[in-house]
Amino acid sequence: MDLTVIWACIIGFAIVAYVVMDGFDLGIGILFPFYKPGEDRDTAMNSIAPVWDGNETWLVMGVGGLFAAFPLAYAIVLPALYAPMIAMLLGLVFRGVAFEFRWRDPEHRAFWDAAFTTGSIVATFAQGIALGALLQGITVEGRAYAGGWWEWLSPFSLLTGVGLVVGYSLLGACWLIWKTEGSLQRQAITYAGRFGIGLLLMIGAISLATLTLEPQYHQRWLSYPGVLATAQVPLATLVVTFLFYRSLRLGKDAQPFFWALALFGLCLVGLGISIWPDVIPARVTIWEAAAPERSQIFMLVGAAIMVPIILAYTAWSYWVFRGKVGTEGYH
Amino acid sequence: MIEQDWALVLARLQFAFTVSFHFLFPAFSIGLASFLAVLEGLWLKTGKGVYANLYRYWLKIFAIVFAMGVVSGIVMSYQFGTNWAVFSDKAGPVIGPLMAYEVLTAFFLEAGFLGVMLFGINKVGRKLHFVATLAVAAGTFVSAFWILSVNSWMQTPVGYEMGANGQFLPGESWLAIVFNPSFPYRLVHTVLAAYLTTAFIVGAVGAWHLLQDRANPGARKMFSMAMWMAALVAPIQIFAGDMHGLNTLEHQPAKVMAMEGHYQSHPDGAPLILFGVPNSTEKRVDYAVEIPKASSLILKHEWDAPLKGLDTVPVEDQPPVGIVFWAFRVMVGLGFAMLGIGLWSLVARWRKSLYDWRLLHRFAVLMGPSGLIAVLAGWIVTEVGRQPFTVYGLLRTAESASPLDAPAVAMSLLAFVVVYFAVFGMGIWYLLRLMNKPPEAHELPPGDEPIRSAGITPASQIAGRDNIAAAEQNGEIA
Ligand code: HDD
Ligand code: HEM
Ligand code: HEM
Repeated sequence: MDLTVIWACIIGFAIVAYVVMDGFDLGIGILFPFYKPGEDRDTAMNSIAPVWDGNETWLVMGVGGLFAAFPLAYAIVLPALYAPMIAMLLGLVFRGVAFEFRWRDPEHRAFWDAAFTTGSIVATFAQGIALGALLQGITVEGRAYAGGWWEWLSPFSLLTGVGLVVGYSLLGACWLIWKTEGSLQRQAITYAGRFGIGLLLMIGAISLATLTLEPQYHQRWLSYPGVLATAQVPLATLVVTFLFYRSLRLGKDAQPFFWALALFGLCLVGLGISIWPDVIPARVTIWEAAAPERSQIFMLVGAAIMVPIILAYTAWSYWVFRGKVGTEGYH
Repeated sequence: MIEQDWALVLARLQFAFTVSFHFLFPAFSIGLASFLAVLEGLWLKTGKGVYANLYRYWLKIFAIVFAMGVVSGIVMSYQFGTNWAVFSDKAGPVIGPLMAYEVLTAFFLEAGFLGVMLFGINKVGRKLHFVATLAVAAGTFVSAFWILSVNSWMQTPVGYEMGANGQFLPGESWLAIVFNPSFPYRLVHTVLAAYLTTAFIVGAVGAWHLLQDRANPGARKMFSMAMWMAALVAPIQIFAGDMHGLNTLEHQPAKVMAMEGHYQSHPDGAPLILFGVPNSTEKRVDYAVEIPKASSLILKHEWDAPLKGLDTVPVEDQPPVGIVFWAFRVMVGLGFAMLGIGLWSLVARWRKSLYDWRLLHRFAVLMGPSGLIAVLAGWIVTEVGRQPFTVYGLLRTAESASPLDAPAVAMSLLAFVVVYFAVFGMGIWYLLRLMNKPPEAHELPPGDEPIRSAGITPASQIAGRDNIAAAEQNGEIA
């Protein structure tokens, strides 16, 4: 395997790690208004307070890795997605500070709770739009983005935006099933059931719409004999959905969360089938965008040493805060 | 064409605005993280409650500062791509890996241990908790290390090759790139700046509470610790700054000419202009108060050494003089004021009136934000002084920007200004409110706090388990 492929896998891993970890805590932000102010919200917040910063760091890793390993892609994609990216960053500002500010200012707690939710929704929606905009294709000339500043906006990108909001809500609800008990948990189970259906509908809609975007996607998915392999993805999706609902019905604590993650995993596999080996779908391949070998090797040494260590202490910190969560933080 | 220029100006304003805001928080949290580590270490070693009280007092403040640092920092890591796409494409192969190392070695470390540092004292015990504090402190330093290496490479680029596609490609040695000529100076000077920033904020808070209550043990302790830092580090910082300046003279002489206000060359000894009004149209400094030949003495260590002026630099390569000139004087002026208060505190100690000298306390309160201001001023010298280049001498700022329309950048800049002032303004207000509360004399030491109503295990088991942990800790403390 050449270095460029390895780096594509590392960035892919960072994106997966980001979705796995930050997905649920953004989801909790989105679900926040459905929870009663006071103890319920405090508990929901405490279930993610010790880990959100680490989760979000995977986002920095994704974009930093892209900058380092595929600078050309970084330089084309970010201007192309200018407005959604700025919106996402501002959303993250609001929600990041809300973790601390809401405790410091009880009189305005309602305001910071609203900021937490709005920030979470905006950030998620913007990430979904970014995905859709990438898939539908962006205008490239030479080594630069050549479209206008509204190119990202289309019915399809709005659809993926909504899809991601629904998806993260599902992850958030499942996390709360795992980390809480009593009425809070029962509420989460109801939401998980509803958002599960929602996500399934979104996956269906987005998948069908994707097929119409670029001939490449259509061909990848539907031409014979490839279809024998690609058809496994929707089949697996159905199986996982069944297992997800079964675990909900059986009242399992942790299982629904992992099945929901599996659904996300299948979506990412689908994404990979559509675009591999492009970094900007149908425009720029990973090899065209890759940094020179010296940069790749230098970073690979760091990644090979550090990523396992990072995973180890991240796991440790999740372990420290394992089990059901209470209402009191350090505040 | 005109439109393109506006887009550039706006992008520069946006970058300057967001990075200045970002840096205020790390400047404080780099120092504060170390201060917290020292406090917790002293507490573990001596068992004295006052250290534990101070730890908890500053931990709350740290949490807020850190959160603001993180969210404003994430903005920065996207901004290279959104607004400086051409720069990112060209310089990416060299600086991208350094920034990736920052994420791998620093950001994860800070973020991974922050949760334990803030919430975990009852869960992991005191020793492991101390490790978490140390990890966070180390993370902030490592973060500064990498990002300053990136910045320094842009100031003094070495160790690269030019690619056929116009990219800067790494040469044989990464060490040469990481430890580029201006990096060691910038690292030392900036990290010391962060320590001084923290020292002056801590000192001001201590002094503020001493003005209300001279007997408050927490206030006395923090004031004394901060004044030691001021007395010891301010002189080192001035020395480091001088060394940094000499290094800059070697690699970016035009920047030093702007700092000194030397429009003209001085073949036999250049004057040190203390104050004056740079006049770029007439190419002279109006109303200048100067010490003859002193600039040559400082920069060349010789009264009569010739010094070149901006007249030797092509107009299109000159940095703006006024802003660099003024920002430099603000920084240096504050540096000497810091030295002054450090010496004053030594006199006060010697006279045994450190905790009673009201005027000293008032002055210390006044100097609270001095570190933050000096840091901003210093960065303005550095960054504006290297204009009109992003990669010094090689890539112009005008050629670095993204192909964006001006209205897009105008909108985003407006959004950043509104959101930053509102959100961080509130944050700073909360910080001031926390600082306004005196450190409680009887705050419980960490690890001794009340048991959580529901902890790490289902409620039924909690009482037993956490009680034991807490009891053990109580026993150790007693
Ligand atoms: C507490 C903060 C602080 C204080 C008291 C000083 N500085 Fe400073 N200075 C900084 C904080 C700073 C900084 C923010 O950290 C900078 C910006 C970039 C850098 O490397 O350090 C800086 C840059 C900077 C530069 C620009 C270097 C370059 O761009 O190449 C020079 C020449 C000096 N400093 C010199 C001094 C001198 C002679 C001081 C003595 C009074 C001084 N500084 C006090
Ligand atoms: C160490 C990390 C930093 C890097 C890599 C960096 C990078 C850059 C880049 C690429 C520019 C060019 C864009 C422009 O001209 O506007 C710039 C400009 C600027 N930066 Fe930095 N910067 C860093 C830190 C800082 C800090 C901490 C501050 C302030 C506190 C700062 C203040 C500025 C200002 C004021 C400009 C505008 C100069 C001008 O356009 O005239 N920078 N920086
Ligand atoms: C343009 C330049 C810069 C970029 C792109 C940048 C990027 C970032 C990012 C992404 C974070 C959040 C990390 C997390 O998720 O935990 C962050 C935080 C931080 N940055 Fe920056 N940064 C820049 C300038 C600087 C400078 C000049 C320094 C110090 C010398 C610095 C020191 C830190 C520190 C210590 C943190 C931890 C948060 C805190 O202490 O408040 N950064 N930065």
